[in-house]
Parts: sequence; C-alpha cells; structure tokens
Amino acid sequence: MAKKETMTINMGPQHPSTHGVLQLVLELDGEIVVDAVPHIGFLHRGVEKLAENRSYHRALPLTDRLDYLAPMSNNLGYVLAVEKLLGITELIPERAKVVRVMMAEITRIKSHLVWLATHALDIGAMTVFLYCFREREQIMDMYENISGARMTSNYFRVGGLSLDLPEGFEADVLSFINDMPGHLETYEGLLTGNKIWQKRTIGVAKIGGEDAIDIGLTGPVLRASGVDWDLRRDNPYSGYEDYDFKVITRDGCDTFDRYKNRLDEMRESCKIIHQALDKLQPGPIMADVPSVCLPAKKDVANSIEGLIHHFKIITEGFKPEPGEIYQGIEAPKGELGFYLISDGSANPFRMKIRPPSFVNLQALPQMVRGKMLADVVAAIGTLDIVLGEIDR
Amino acid sequence: MPEMLSLSNDPVLFLSLMLAKILAVFIVVVLIVAYATYAERKIIGRMQTRLGPTMTGWFGLLQPIADGLKLFFKEDIIPAQASKLAFVLAPVMIMVPAFITIAVIPFGGDITVFGYTTTLQIADLNIGILYILAMAGLGVYGIVLAGWSSNNKYSLLGGVRSAAQVVSYELAAGMSIVAVLMLSETLSLRGIVAAQSGSVLNWYIFSQPLAFCLFVITSLAEINRTPFDLPEAETELVSGFCTEYSSMKYALFFMAEYANMIVVSAITATLFLGGPAGPFAGPINLLLKIFFFMFLFIWIRATFPRVRYDQLMFMGWKVFLPLALLNIVITGAVVVFL
Repeated sequence: MAKKETMTINMGPQHPSTHGVLQLVLELDGEIVVDAVPHIGFLHRGVEKLAENRSYHRALPLTDRLDYLAPMSNNLGYVLAVEKLLGITELIPERAKVVRVMMAEITRIKSHLVWLATHALDIGAMTVFLYCFREREQIMDMYENISGARMTSNYFRVGGLSLDLPEGFEADVLSFINDMPGHLETYEGLLTGNKIWQKRTIGVAKIGGEDAIDIGLTGPVLRASGVDWDLRRDNPYSGYEDYDFKVITRDGCDTFDRYKNRLDEMRESCKIIHQALDKLQPGPIMADVPSVCLPAKKDVANSIEGLIHHFKIITEGFKPEPGEIYQGIEAPKGELGFYLISDGSANPFRMKIRPPSFVNLQALPQMVRGKMLADVVAAIGTLDIVLGEIDR
Repeated sequence: MPEMLSLSNDPVLFLSLMLAKILAVFIVVVLIVAYATYAERKIIGRMQTRLGPTMTGWFGLLQPIADGLKLFFKEDIIPAQASKLAFVLAPVMIMVPAFITIAVIPFGGDITVFGYTTTLQIADLNIGILYILAMAGLGVYGIVLAGWSSNNKYSLLGGVRSAAQVVSYELAAGMSIVAVLMLSETLSLRGIVAAQSGSVLNWYIFSQPLAFCLFVITSLAEINRTPFDLPEAETELVSGFCTEYSSMKYALFFMAEYANMIVVSAITATLFLGGPAGPFAGPINLLLKIFFFMFLFIWIRATFPRVRYDQLMFMGWKVFLPLALLNIVITGAVVVFL
C-alpha cells in the first residue's frame, strides 16, 4: 500500500499574500492544509528595548512604527499610558481629546481600508484594492496636512497635541466622511452580493466565541464571533463615553461576517467623526503641566524661556513617580495595550506592548487546519495582521 | 463558379497562397497578442481609476514592444535542480497548440484568385471541432510539464491544479459544443458557419443560449483566466507553474495566454455568432467579434474574485456538465420531434 505523504511548503517570508514578512510552514495533503505553523520575527526591531533607553517623549516616534497602517492609534495608546502614569489624564484639554478621538477614528478607517484592499486582492478581486487605496490617499493627505508625514505621523504628544489643526482641516474631514458611505456602497456592490465572494468567505476560517476568548482575540475578529466587547464603550478613554455609537457584533464567526463587521465599523467611525467635528471648539491643545508638556512652537521660536523649557524637557525629560500602569485602547485591529513601569528615572524601566495582531495571529492554525490552501490567504487577510506590530 | 484551387490543379499558386494566408494570420494574431496586453492594461487601468501605460510612445502605444524587448534581454535562468529538457520544452508546448488552433478558423467566405476559388481559411478540416479540442488538450501538457520540471512546490501545485481544471472543463466545453453539432450536422467549422448563414437569427447564440453561456464560462476556465486563474493564482501560489520561468520562456507563457484568449474568442464567434458573417468584410467582422469577447474577458478580470479549487471542481462536474448534458437532451428532442 502506498504511503500517504504530506508536502511541507514554506509560505513566506517572501510571499505576496502574507502581508509583510510572516512565514507560514504549511503541511499539505494535496490542497488540504494539515497543519500551519506561523514563524515570526523577521521584522523585529526591538522597540520595547529601545524605549528603555529613551525619555518618554523620545519613545513616542517608535510607536509610529508598530502598526504602520494605523500610526495615530499607536500614538494615542502610548500617550494615554504615559499620561496615566503621570496622573495627568484629567488635565488634558477638551480640544485635544476631541481631536484625538477624531484622528483615531480616521485612522481606523485608514487601517480598515488597507485591510479591505489586501483582503479582496488576496481573494482575487483586484479592483477593490485600487478603490480602497484611492480613498486611503485622501487620509494620507490629511495626515500630511496635520503632521507633515504621510505614515509616521507622530502627531499626539504627552499632554495634548503637537500642533493645532491646520486651516480648513475640518472641511476636508467633513467632505471625506460625507463621501465615505457612498464609497463603502461601491465596495459592497463589488463584493457583498458577488456569489464567488460569498463562496470564498461564508463559513471560511471560522472561530467560535468561546475559542476566541480563550485565545484572547480582540477587535473586529472577536466581535464577529458574537462577543460584545469594545474598549471604547467598556473601558472608555479620551472621552469616548460622550460619543454615541453602536458596537457592531455578528454571530457568523466566519470571514464574511468579519468583512461585514469591519465595513459597518467604518460607517460607525464616520458617525463618531461627525460628532467629534460638532464638539470641536477652539481652545488650548496642551495640558497646563509645564514640567511635562512641551511648550508651544511659537514660544520656542520667539522667547529664550520657551527655548530653555523645550531644551530641558527634550534632553532631561520628566520623571514620573515609580509605579506601573496598563492602558489599553481599541485600535483598529483589536486591543492595543501599553504596560509601563517607571523606576523614577526619565526613561521607562520597561515598556511592554500588547499588540492585537500578535494575539490574533494565534488563531490562524486553528482557522485553517483541514481547510483548502486558498483558505489560508483568506484567513490571513481576515485576521488583519501587521507584521510591524507582531515583531515590534 | 470557377474551379476550387487545390494542390493538384495549380501547386505553385496553391502553396504560395497557403503561405501568404498562414503569414497573414500569424502576423495578425501576434499583433493582437501584443496589443491585447496593452488593451488589458489600459482597460483595467481605466476601470480601476488608473491610467495604464502612458509613457512609452503615443498614449503608451509602444509599451508591448518595450515589454518584449525587456523580456528578451533578461537573463534566462534554468534552476539547477530542474529537469532541463522538459523545462525548455514546456513553454513551446503551450505556445504551439495555442497558435496552430487558429488554422481551422474560417475568417471569410470564398474568393476568386487567378481564376480559381479559394477559401479564407488556412485549413478546412472536416473534423475541425475535434482538432480544436485536441489542441486544447495538448496545451495542458505544457502547463503540467512546466509545473513538474521546475522542481518547485508552488509550480507543482499550479501544474496539478491546471491538469485537473482543464480535464474537467474540457468535458463540459465539449458537451456544450455537441448541441451545436447536432444542429449543424457537420464537424467542419466552415460547415458550421454556412449553417448559420442567411439571417442574424440563424446564429446559434439564439437557438443555443445555454450552450453559448456554458461554452464561454468553461473556456474561461480552460484558458486559466479570472475567475478561474487558479494555476497561477498569485496570492496563493506566487506565480504557479511559471514561478521559475524568466526571460523569453516566460514571455512565451505570456503570449500563449493571450493567444489562447484569441483562440477561444474566435471559436466562440465561429460556433455561436456566425463567424465572419456581418456588415463588413469577413475578417473584420470576425476580428470585431474576437475583440468583443476579449473585452468581456478583461472586464471579468477587473470585476470578479477567484474561485477556490474545490468549488471549481464542483462547478465543473456537478453544474456545467449536467447542464450541458441536459442541453443535449433538449436539443435532441427538438431536432427529432419538431
């Protein structure tokens, strides 16, 4: 009798659909996946260790490079954690909080657009890819407009914002979110009712609610498995308790429901941005805590006191009381957590990041075991992983 | 009616005319292949809010030539572990059947040259349909050999997928043609065109709409175009069977893909749309019909996601084949009883 042999193939780290440098060692029986083992670490830069040798302000740019598709969410998580460590959360001015929420939601749309683009491309629908990137380009322009950078924005600061919103920015945002629901209809028109798309996603890469909680999944992946959990509502930060939005959940546990869930989340994000625009009032953008917060740029440029102030905070930094805190936020991909330990010096003693992609990736072997090879790329796409965040 | 030109009554004229026809058809096909790549990039570009090629020449019209030159000057890599003979032969084996299928496509009616009648067709085989099916079957050897000889697991998977795909879809395609044959009562393509002559309503697309749809879909699968482009599914198998190919060998695969598109469009036009019939001169009518189908294929590529391997097999064996058989039964009943 012939021996039944399986074939082992290396998918990645150079592979078009592993979203960066993920390596999957697949054991195949014909086209059926017997086992899948993810190998990570090809993009490791030691962000957590680097932060230990930098002052709190100077560790901020490192966070841009975690989930590079949603830099402002990373910034937000980090500055909230540092503010919590310093105990100045209550002192953040209203305008800064509203802008943070607005930018975090714009970032959510940006991240979900890339997810939809690459997910659809992986399954073979290449036109959606370009449509999504067309809309993402507008967000990139907004990013460039407010922070000067298209990807590594580094816009928020401990205590507030680095700069106030530029002239005409609100109008750009408004026209963008007014157009966005129409664009979402376009994507849905190409995909949702498409029989092939449904066949490729419904019932594919299922993960039940219990399993999802056991693995520690968060974000849209968890909510599409029927678990009603969203940190924006359940553990609000930056004033999210004042916004009216729905937490979308679905019970299908499959790729199609995760797809629908993320699209609905984009619609909810548009609503939140609308509310944030209504709330936006002129006012200070930095907390009045001179020992921590950077002075305004015009003071730095025009007065010797401002310059010295800026110099002291950048070179010496500030020294939080010894202690440890954890701050989690609902990033586009799930719960992004920063765990900071201070030993009383100007540098964090330890910065542990809980990246949502890293935890969510653990569900992959379970999702694809016994399925077809083509389902692997669908599963990678639906988990929405970013390797910059997994490897840190 | 003058005498039919053949090898016996004027061999010199016959051979030179044959050579001229072959050359003309070959050049036209190669030109369409080259500019189909350009058209595909332009059309898909427009559909995807891009511009497509614009820089090389007027509206990017020199792009296919630039691409060809680039591929021609690339290093020709043969992997160390590859089976060399099969690796070199595979692109040829996929290219040749694609081109020689065109020989039986009639591209016009009869014309009179130097007192003899001749057909605007390279070879009027009395078993033209069988020849087409045979050539389509031969093409798959190229893909399987390419997949196997590259000694690459992705290529192998692509080759295996392709073999399974072509075998299952050829059956359904063949069965859908049978219904047409029952109406035309001939296997010669010229005969089939003649059977559809007279009025537009005689075209088999009107009497055999089901067979037409089945044939277009199954032939999409046979030529490995989206949504059935599994053998070279980029996001799953890198590039499938042609992963290890470079330079002109890769270009041959590329040309074969587009040549196959032309062949399939031409066959569909011949079987269901009256071939060269239409308001203009015969070859132009046929070309317009070919362009229509190629545009359709490109449009489909811009719109649809890719099906999964098991779904593809399911559709081939459990949907298309039974439908084709049912169509034969209905056609048979109609032919006999009406």
